[in-house]
Amino acid sequence: MSGFVALIGRDLRLAWRSGSDALTLVLFFVMVGVIVPFAVGPDPVLLKTLAPGIVWIAAFLAMLLGLDRLFRDDFDDGTLMAMQHAEAPLALLIAAKVIAHWLLSALPLLIASPVLAMLLAMDVSTFLRTVLSLLLGTPALTALGTIGGAVTVSLRRGGLIAPVLILPLAVPVLIFGVSAIAPAMSVNSATTALLLLGALSLFLLVLAPFAAALALTVSED
Amino acid sequence: MSVETAPPSTGNWFSRLAHPGQFMVWSGKFVWPLAILTTIVFGFGLWFSLFASPEDYQMGDTVRIMYVHVPNAWLSQAVYGLMAVSALGTLVWRHPMADVSMKAAAPLGAVFTALALYTGSLWGRPTWGTFWEWDGRMTSTLVMLLIYLGIIALWRAFDDQLRAARIVAVFTLVGAINVPIVKFSVDWWGGLHQPSSVLRSGGVSIAPAMLTALLTMVVAFTLLFITLQLVRMRSEVRNRRIAGLKARAARSVR
Repeated sequence: MSGFVALIGRDLRLAWRSGSDALTLVLFFVMVGVIVPFAVGPDPVLLKTLAPGIVWIAAFLAMLLGLDRLFRDDFDDGTLMAMQHAEAPLALLIAAKVIAHWLLSALPLLIASPVLAMLLAMDVSTFLRTVLSLLLGTPALTALGTIGGAVTVSLRRGGLIAPVLILPLAVPVLIFGVSAIAPAMSVNSATTALLLLGALSLFLLVLAPFAAALALTVSED
Repeated sequence: MSVETAPPSTGNWFSRLAHPGQFMVWSGKFVWPLAILTTIVFGFGLWFSLFASPEDYQMGDTVRIMYVHVPNAWLSQAVYGLMAVSALGTLVWRHPMADVSMKAAAPLGAVFTALALYTGSLWGRPTWGTFWEWDGRMTSTLVMLLIYLGIIALWRAFDDQLRAARIVAVFTLVGAINVPIVKFSVDWWGGLHQPSSVLRSGGVSIAPAMLTALLTMVVAFTLLFITLQLVRMRSEVRNRRIAGLKARAARSVR
């Protein structure tokens, strides 16, 4: 268990010391939100309807972009192999990496979401529900990303193929995430969507470490 | 050394099945009979569906699209099932033919899924007035097609096909767990946006002649899949053997 906490700390320290990956991700997230008004026109009513979808797509793309660094560095310098022969089970170590990755790639987006809310003319209650839905939904995206990253880690061209694999599987996350904030929804169905989103996140968080551990083990020998 | 080699037939039937050489021996006897059987059943199926079945009282002749649409839709699911079972075979027993079966099935499944979508939209145009509707069933079939294409892309990304097989197997199983979730969520989503939608489930009580035609076509398409699957598996075994021979030849050159 100490290894579990130590690994989270290590990943966070590495990210902190090696520079501004998280900032770049946030910048990308905000930029996607910024270019949409240019593409569809700056009509506030239209933007207000589109806002939940735009925020989710921006978060989705930003998380896909950060997916490659989840295992890549550890694979290149051999840390991953050391983890496979560690005393702690590989699935547990991967669970630690999932948590660290969520803190590094999803939490910054949550913190930056007020900027997008302002640009896209969201009102306060919609914004709060957006933050809540991102909070509940991003763990599912991180979990799916972990599977994608583990499956493609031994490929040099893995950076492109992992998003292609993950995208169709992430459709439910998008559907429930947007249903939870779409303005047309009644409070009741929005709550249902939020609950389903949370259930999906929990399910995928349990599944992902084992699936990723299996993928890493079989790709080694 | 030739490409075809028959190994000694020792061991139980399961390990004999597992041996690629033995597979080539027994599957070779099946290809032509299966192809002929498929043609015959297709002949019957087409006759039933084009001549011996009535028109629908509302849809007229367009109902005949159903006889190609439903078999393709059924195969789009069934082929994924076969891939998931093969993936288990790869991961649990390291069955060499399971790898081959998984790889052979992916493009076939993708084609059947694409055909199901295509025939569906051809049918949708005259009956519903639109080629595409973001309806639950259509959307989940589209996602299914994307998953197939992702799996094919993953196969192609690896040089070492043995390693690729095990990794693709893990992803196929993850996809198999996820497909019901996708389907359920998409149905829910479609239900929210368009209540009492265009898809009338069980709205048409089916006439016996139509049922005969439909079932014959389902059998015909399934036989077609089995035949193509066998042929593709045989070519894959040969491809791997050729790759092995080339590697050996390259090593022996000084």
